[in-house]
Amino acid sequence: MNMIEETKVKTLDIKVKNKYELVIGLEVHAQLLTNSKMYTADSTTFGNLPNTNISVITLGHPGTLPKVNKRAVEFAIKMGLACDSEITRKNIFARKNYFYPDLPKGYQLTQDKNPICVGGQVPIVLSSGEKKSIALTRIHMEEDAGKSIHLAGEVDTLVDFNRAGVPLIEIVSEPDMRSSEEAYQFLTEIKKLVKYLDVCDGNMEEGSLRCDANVSIRLRGEDELGKKVEVKNMNSFRNVARAIEHEFERQVLLSESNTEIISETRTFDATSGTTASMRTKEDLNDYRYFPEPDLSPVIVSEEWLKTIQDNLPPLPRELFEKFVLEYGLPEYDAGVLSDNKEIALFFEALCHLTTNYKAASNWVMGPVKSYLNELTLHIDDFPISITSLASLIQLIDAGKVSYSAAAQKIYPAMLLDPKKDALEIATELNLIQESSEDSLKPIVESVLKENSQKVLEYKSGKKGLMGMFMGQVMKKSNGKADPKVATKILTEILDN
Amino acid sequence: MKLDTNTLKKIAHLARLEFDEESAGKMTQDMTQILNWVEKLNELNTDGVEPLTTMSSEVNVMREDVVGTHLDHEKGLKNAPQRDSDYFRVPKVLE
Repeated sequence: MNMIEETKVKTLDIKVKNKYELVIGLEVHAQLLTNSKMYTADSTTFGNLPNTNISVITLGHPGTLPKVNKRAVEFAIKMGLACDSEITRKNIFARKNYFYPDLPKGYQLTQDKNPICVGGQVPIVLSSGEKKSIALTRIHMEEDAGKSIHLAGEVDTLVDFNRAGVPLIEIVSEPDMRSSEEAYQFLTEIKKLVKYLDVCDGNMEEGSLRCDANVSIRLRGEDELGKKVEVKNMNSFRNVARAIEHEFERQVLLSESNTEIISETRTFDATSGTTASMRTKEDLNDYRYFPEPDLSPVIVSEEWLKTIQDNLPPLPRELFEKFVLEYGLPEYDAGVLSDNKEIALFFEALCHLTTNYKAASNWVMGPVKSYLNELTLHIDDFPISITSLASLIQLIDAGKVSYSAAAQKIYPAMLLDPKKDALEIATELNLIQESSEDSLKPIVESVLKENSQKVLEYKSGKKGLMGMFMGQVMKKSNGKADPKVATKILTEILDN
Repeated sequence: MKLDTNTLKKIAHLARLEFDEESAGKMTQDMTQILNWVEKLNELNTDGVEPLTTMSSEVNVMREDVVGTHLDHEKGLKNAPQRDSDYFRVPKVLE
């Protein structure tokens, strides 16, 4: 069945495809960066020996009682505030019952009827420049399952419970996305947000950020939603986009051949770029949720909420707006600079010391970022202080050094010896530009004198010779002449 | 209220329970009894009454995010029906 479906995909006509609208909702699980688990004090450290971050609670032994991790609740609230969600004041936990070897209790401790965050939105920007806001249904708190390991040639499945009970938030979007690009951008924004808020490391390849996609199609103009297919097992943003594209085509083909689209769970295979049904039998998706009697309600007081709100870092979209509106930067610059919180804050600090915001942006996006990328360093490890970088920008603005001298000579020297300030290095390297007219004039005059023939040619119309004169002036001044001043003197003499 | 066979089968499946014809009959009886007993509660008017979720009236019983003592690895694996030196072993769940 699947084989036939997959081969047909290749023959889908674009006109046929355009008859349909793609509808996507995403469910994103983010592993929270807490030290201990959601309901027990076991460590959440990744990579420890199997079954060492365990306790009787994690293993689901009878008679044990869970206790909520306060910081995990705060992290969930932070995410909700950042997404303009409404924060639920009275939180009750729920049991989601199902059997699986990586779930020792036989139920997952999660939230059902009253998730901690209700509603909200995530603004995205598409490559066309179009802006769109993706509505959230909810964000709720829950715990991760253990890890099942299926080794080839092994008769058993091996289970490691180190991950069981690690706190998660599940971010559920409304079916608001209409293309794989929108889904990709939504995920990008979610990742940026969790990293800004320091609630999750956002690493999809390592599984700290996971995404399931609910994909359906309908004829354009139709109001009713089609049967949704849940796609799992995508380990990168790109694969989420690929899985959605494939699902779109598969469902259109089914619809075109009048075959019913079944509401089911499918798994994505990254090698073939296709999806396959995960369950052959009809799915008994009955989790029999009921309120968790072992956990008392978590009440979010006005005071607690305010403390969290007050400690919220600036959000990427706030910084983006500030960079554009207040610093007058192009949207491109603002996007690059606000993409990463640490870079954005570095740039912000730099802008407190210089008012040449565009120059600051160019320095951070160019030389600073390329140095960090080259050595795969974090901005915290950047050797040059913000003050020194600001004084280098100041030197250029004041005409004391040329940009090229600053970028090619002074900046590398500062990286090697960060204690010295820009002016000190410029002086040592003899790079201070001669910008006083009095000292440059004799140099210009002697150059023109040595090239009297060329001066005549210039005066008879060969204006292109200006570059040659400049070169000579630079050479005679050992590269220290301020080009602006030198040009001014040259023009004055030659054009009179 | 009488529990029908299909509901019984569904609940048994979800709870991973198996029983023969005879036990199924007995189970249907028992569960019908339980349902009838619980049904009695429905006679009460609970309009505007918040559902009771915990027996204690305490709220905000939370832990600070601090790592505590772990269960010893050996002790943790001790009661496993099947194990090796590192892992719990269960019948293969994926083909």
